Amino acid sequence: MNIRIILKSLGIVLFIEGLCMFPSLLVSVIFRDGDALSFVISILVTVAAGFLLYKIPGNNSKFYARDGFAVVALSWIAISLFGALPYIISRTIPSFIDAFFETVSGFTTTGSSILNDIESLPRGILFWRSFTNWMGGMGILVLTLAVLPSIGAGTLHIMRAESPGPSTEKLVPKLGQTAKILYTIYVVMTCIQVILLMIAGMPLFDSLVHAFASAGTGGFSIRNSSIGAYGNVYIEIIITVFTVLFGVNFGLYYRLIKGDAKGLFRDEELRFYFGTIIASIALITIDLYRHGLFTLGQSLRHSSFQVGTIITTTGFSSTDFNLWPSFSKIILVILMVFGACAGSTGGGIKCMRILMLLKTARREITGVIHPRAVHTVKAGNKVIDEDTVKGTLIYFFIYSAFFAVSVLLVSLNGKDLVTSATSVIAALSNIGPGLEAVGPMGNFSDFSILSKLILCLDMIAGRLEFLPVLILFSPMAWKKGSM
Amino acid sequence: MKIIIVGNGKVGYSLAEQLSKEDNDVTVIDKDPEALRRANENLDVLCIRGNGVSTKVLFEAGIEEADVLIAATASDEMNMVCCLTGKKLGAAHTIARIRDPEYADELSLIKNELGLDMVINPERAAAREIARILRFPQAVNIEIFARGQVEMVEIKVTENMPISGMIIRDISEIVSSHVLVGAVLRGSEAIIPKGDFRIESGDIIYVVGQPSNVTKFCKKIGLYVQKIKNVMIVGGGRIAYYLAKFLEETGMRIKIIESDHERCIALSELLPEALIIHGDGSDETLLHSENLQEMGAFVSLTGHDEENLVLALAAKQAGVQKVIAKISRNNYLNLIKNLGIDSIVNPGQITTNLILLFVRGLKNALGNPIKSLYRIVNNQAEALEFTINEPARFLGIPLKYLKMPNDVLVAVIVRRNDIIIPRGNDSIKLGDSVILIAKNKQIFDLNEIISVEGASF
Repeated sequence: MNIRIILKSLGIVLFIEGLCMFPSLLVSVIFRDGDALSFVISILVTVAAGFLLYKIPGNNSKFYARDGFAVVALSWIAISLFGALPYIISRTIPSFIDAFFETVSGFTTTGSSILNDIESLPRGILFWRSFTNWMGGMGILVLTLAVLPSIGAGTLHIMRAESPGPSTEKLVPKLGQTAKILYTIYVVMTCIQVILLMIAGMPLFDSLVHAFASAGTGGFSIRNSSIGAYGNVYIEIIITVFTVLFGVNFGLYYRLIKGDAKGLFRDEELRFYFGTIIASIALITIDLYRHGLFTLGQSLRHSSFQVGTIITTTGFSSTDFNLWPSFSKIILVILMVFGACAGSTGGGIKCMRILMLLKTARREITGVIHPRAVHTVKAGNKVIDEDTVKGTLIYFFIYSAFFAVSVLLVSLNGKDLVTSATSVIAALSNIGPGLEAVGPMGNFSDFSILSKLILCLDMIAGRLEFLPVLILFSPMAWKKGSM
Repeated sequence: MKIIIVGNGKVGYSLAEQLSKEDNDVTVIDKDPEALRRANENLDVLCIRGNGVSTKVLFEAGIEEADVLIAATASDEMNMVCCLTGKKLGAAHTIARIRDPEYADELSLIKNELGLDMVINPERAAAREIARILRFPQAVNIEIFARGQVEMVEIKVTENMPISGMIIRDISEIVSSHVLVGAVLRGSEAIIPKGDFRIESGDIIYVVGQPSNVTKFCKKIGLYVQKIKNVMIVGGGRIAYYLAKFLEETGMRIKIIESDHERCIALSELLPEALIIHGDGSDETLLHSENLQEMGAFVSLTGHDEENLVLALAAKQAGVQKVIAKISRNNYLNLIKNLGIDSIVNPGQITTNLILLFVRGLKNALGNPIKSLYRIVNNQAEALEFTINEPARFLGIPLKYLKMPNDVLVAVIVRRNDIIIPRGNDSIKLGDSVILIAKNKQIFDLNEIISVEGASF
């Protein structure tokens, strides 16, 4: 492990994070909620720390896969620590562990909160909270790659470690250029959403923060009852459509811009993603209507909003779905595990992996019937190589293992089974709300410190898809002169 | 620049490595996922798995916008078809590796008919390199341009040379009219000399011309006495064939040892001047009975790196003055350099370097009508290559009647396959390529710098 180059890269990331706090400072100055000073201090501390780390002399700039993975994992921990500064200094969230939880939840686009009363917070802090969602969605290291032409060779490993999905593909030959294209698409789509939300009647500030939260598929709202507080069907439709769009592989948008619309509709993952959404909406609508909770129109409105925001792992709510019938709730939990598309800002296992798991399972069954059959797993027309298939199976195992161990530890709180299990799923898949006590109207404030730390780890591990975090805890990677 | 490389072998990979470092957008196409994985892990390039001849794959790689397509797969035919398809689909420039000697003789035809911008034959290029090393036993800095057809040799002028104190015009009359002094480095200043420039002892002059003429010039000024008369080559492959061809021009005697009888017969047909020995080159007795110790130079060109190195060491021990070994892998190069072998030649590396030189030339010339641009004389001057595609006022007028600014020199005229070192009476014709040497000039158009001197005409 090349510790110097890792710390140096960490410095660059912190420096960028410091710069990313400026918009929040601006907001707090405009609204004069008294939190401007906390941002000034936070920016100074973060930028100074970044600068000091960057100044560490390092000669060897050779980057290997393990260094890239370690940079990503450490960066996410570091940005969460420094990102918590505004909350602590402004005394809006005085407890360190709570502030850390809130920041991790922000950056990993989870959107779980420990706050009981969100609406009382100063505007600058609220802006920062949603802005972490936005940055975390596409990834702060991808942002670093887009801003800095090259921070050393082998940066593909960084991109691969941070971008979700079984295999990361570049859009254009240059990695920095790829990162720029991704961020440009991201910024443009966010701007369009802000404008549409304003047309639908949301104030500018609310439009901004909600657009950030849906773009990053984070789900931080500035209202205690989330989007339901507005009671505006147009706002709900805009947010549903945009969260679903942000859950699509951004590579497909690039192909669309390049004029390849046909390829878009032929994409197997996209078809699976939309198929799942439509089927889930239909089933939940019927279930809600059958139980007489809403009228047919209302059922469709709430089910589509909830399906959209859950499958993309955003986690907004228009109504308290904790009160829905079990069948609907179970569908939502399944969607939580599924997650959005690979290469999107969403979390979860990803539709691509679910597809591959299904296909691999089918291959195994065929293998029993025709023992000598040769099968390749394909997605669309492209063959998926065996390593990726293997990686997907291992990913699924690690996801399950993390889930089991975390539920066990979280259950020490003495909460009921559904609360414990869904709180872990909500963290691992970066959704936000779970069911029962952590449902859309609840929050995580009365969890123990241990549980909060476990959930923080789950959120970061889930966002980075486990391997980078596991590498941090692997002694083999750190030993000097190890084999 | 957008560059597509088809074939990610040794040459493909090192090209991708170098070109992506020089800030080009590189896309690599290969059929083998293993080869691609290596490029994908270590380089900032886009990898596409597929056949480089297929239009679908080429479109996926963005052939319409590509500036250069380099075909370096194992098959000559595939490289040709790939470049042909690529050109038709919109690639601006195409480079193909074609190594079969059967095609080598028709290279210029193939090049023109397929619209290739550069054809490279690794064995021939390696042979040219070895021949160059043998022609200049002492280390001399050589720069090549116009794809190796023209070379520029750096010579330090000393007191006892006949050219010391001579003016440029006299050099061409007295010493040799087939070369040209393209640039002079006096102190740290580069000068583009005119006819009345006087060369002083201590100057470093850059002599431009065809390789064989440059050698003759060096001989005449006493810089270079040919010491090597006999060359022994072990291994009668393609490089040996080309090398023998090149060396025959300079009058060296060549002995080739080859173990395959059929190949020996073929070589004796192709190279009537050379002595072909049928035998095992690694047999010490055979080497000594063939007078290894009497040889001026020894070149080992068998298919095995290790054998080449051992043979070269043996030759060195036997007292051969100049020993060259061919290797095909670059591993442990530092170790090999310390063995005491005079020169190591790696055909893949030479191919890579030549393509890089060409691509850099293209890159420098991007956005203006210059065909390519090479930086020479420690980056203080430039050699620019123009192709005359349309009629211009200066065509057909002897150079002495044309008015040229200072610091610009018409160094070479390439007329089809002829290399002309222009004199005052030569003129530029339609279809020629012209190489100019210029200093500190941003030249985009020949019309800008060459004006017809109306009065004296």
